[in-house]
Amino acid sequence: MTDARSIPSQAAPPRSALLEVEHVTVRFSGLLALNDVSFSVQEGQICGLIGPNGAGKTTLFNCLSRHYHYTSGDIRYRGRSLGPVPSHGIARLGMARSFQNLALFGSMSVLENVRMGAFARARSGYLQNLFRTATVRAEEAATQRKSQELLELLDLTQVAHENVGDLPFGTQKRVEIARALALEPTMLLLDEPACGINHEEVTELAGLIRRVRDEFSLTVLLVEHHMSLVMSISDQVVALNFGAVIADGTPAQVQRNPDVIRAYLGGA
Amino acid sequence: MPASSSQALPGSRRRTLLIGATAVVLVLLPVLLTQYQTFQATMILLYAIALLGLNMLVGYNGQISIGHGAFFAIGAYVTAILVSSFGIPYWATIPIAGLVCLVIGILFGIPALRLEGHYLALATFGLALALPQILKLHVFEAWTKGVVGIFVRKPKAPFGLPLTADQWLYYFTLFFLALAFLFAANLLRGRIGQAMIAIRDQPAAAASMGVNVSYYKTMTFGLSALYTGVAGALSAVVVQFVAPDSFSLHLSISFLLAIVIGGLGTMWGALFGAVFMVVVPNLASEISTAAPWAIYGVAVIIFMYVMPTGLVGLVRKIWNGFSRTPAAGGAA
Ligand SMILES: Nc1ncnc2c1ncn2[C@@H]1O[C@H](COP(=O)(O)OP(=O)(O)OP(=O)(O)O)[C@@H](O)[C@H]1O
Ligand SMILES: [Mg+2]
Repeated sequence: MTDARSIPSQAAPPRSALLEVEHVTVRFSGLLALNDVSFSVQEGQICGLIGPNGAGKTTLFNCLSRHYHYTSGDIRYRGRSLGPVPSHGIARLGMARSFQNLALFGSMSVLENVRMGAFARARSGYLQNLFRTATVRAEEAATQRKSQELLELLDLTQVAHENVGDLPFGTQKRVEIARALALEPTMLLLDEPACGINHEEVTELAGLIRRVRDEFSLTVLLVEHHMSLVMSISDQVVALNFGAVIADGTPAQVQRNPDVIRAYLGGA
Repeated sequence: MPASSSQALPGSRRRTLLIGATAVVLVLLPVLLTQYQTFQATMILLYAIALLGLNMLVGYNGQISIGHGAFFAIGAYVTAILVSSFGIPYWATIPIAGLVCLVIGILFGIPALRLEGHYLALATFGLALALPQILKLHVFEAWTKGVVGIFVRKPKAPFGLPLTADQWLYYFTLFFLALAFLFAANLLRGRIGQAMIAIRDQPAAAASMGVNVSYYKTMTFGLSALYTGVAGALSAVVVQFVAPDSFSLHLSISFLLAIVIGGLGTMWGALFGAVFMVVVPNLASEISTAAPWAIYGVAVIIFMYVMPTGLVGLVRKIWNGFSRTPAAGGAA
């Protein structure tokens, strides 16, 4: 079975990279948070991004979301530089993310948070909204339908109308994933989705990430400290340490890499 | 969850009922009121329009303006000047005043919102402080009439309607309040309203959802200026007089207090806040002619302590208390 799976991917023609990070450097008053980072992610792959605490993984996500400015280097998505794209333009390109320390809209319900994830999918402007035209109502109905499907998928239907702030951390992390998926992204950035959930839930999460990748034909960039999760579902793993890439390859290659072993042992 | 969906229906039905009942009361109210009380009720209605706008900015979008009295003044002056110097009918000047404030609000908001933090609050504070003086400047005296101010003739009820002039102005204002309420409700429940709240809650995450944070902040500021400008324009007609000193910083602070006391981030908060704005200073001056503002100040402090969620919060608590009692009894 597993062989049958690997044959088409070997037979497939070489695809161009969806995401290309080239020589990206980020400096915070003397601290090199990212140091000449380069790697690329192929379309349809799950790419794990690992590294000890403070390695620069979240900083890289914030560069991809255009929340941080990189001092040098370039990031290309579908071959187009993110340089001129403002942070609110990233969603329209098809990139959605979750936040490590949760950035849910605290006054909203779970459903409202997920609906907000689809913001960039609708286009109605001020005049249409002031009059609540048929277009607005049609957009809202579509968003509502899609959001409810995502709540179902992420097992959140029970808590749809609860305030996000009242839910346990692990559940809030799932709301973050649902909200990101509501954009119908082509690339999903997940920052430590397994943080704060138990062993069984990690197994479920692994299945979920694979499933959404296949069903929604996503490319996934996954930051995670949970090594067995990363190694089991990733097609490619990139390891960072002190802001620099120390390994980039298949999970097996990266696990064997002496620099990676040293970084984790030294950090502990 | 079946419980939540069966809760949602009576919730929305209850809201429709509440809005309908309020509308009926507001329409019938002038019959019961004296001339002066009708005037006061009209002031409540027009303040409610201003507070709806300010609440979008402060309550829903999380920005602070200490100077919305300035937009109230600009709206009032636009109407007074257009009526007295250009002979434009009073009813046609109201939307014009609103649009002028929208444009000024957006132009004012663009630079102030580029800067993070409390720059907007400080800039609006400066605006409110400067405006009365600007209105007194000699350059503008041909239009503004300087410190003397402008008188606006009181309009009569049109189409031979059997209403006194005060009653007509009450309904005229009520019409604008109804429009203001409808537009605000439409906007706030849609994607733009949700974006406004998202910006207040988590600006970085909102941007990641595709929300252009500075655009929506600027537009919200402009829209709230429009609402406040329309209220100011109505006040020029209702009060029949504008002068620089009617629009001191005191007015701006009163707006901000009223919206907090009424209830931030709720539509009803605007109406409750407007009632507070008119009724409490009146009561205060009845209690003590010597120090009415001391009493007003104490009332503000008491309200803040007793009702941290505003009058809306209190009413909700009472309402929920009533509607929960039979359910608890049934379960027991
Ligand atoms: N806004 C900021 N200002 C200053 N320093 C920052 C900022 N953001 C991150 N850093 C620093 O950059 C380095 C990389 O941080 P980052 O959050 O990217 O690490 P990480 O790999 O995500 O770690 P973790 O696994 O703990 O989440 C750290 O030393 C951090 O203190
Ligand atoms: Mg991190």
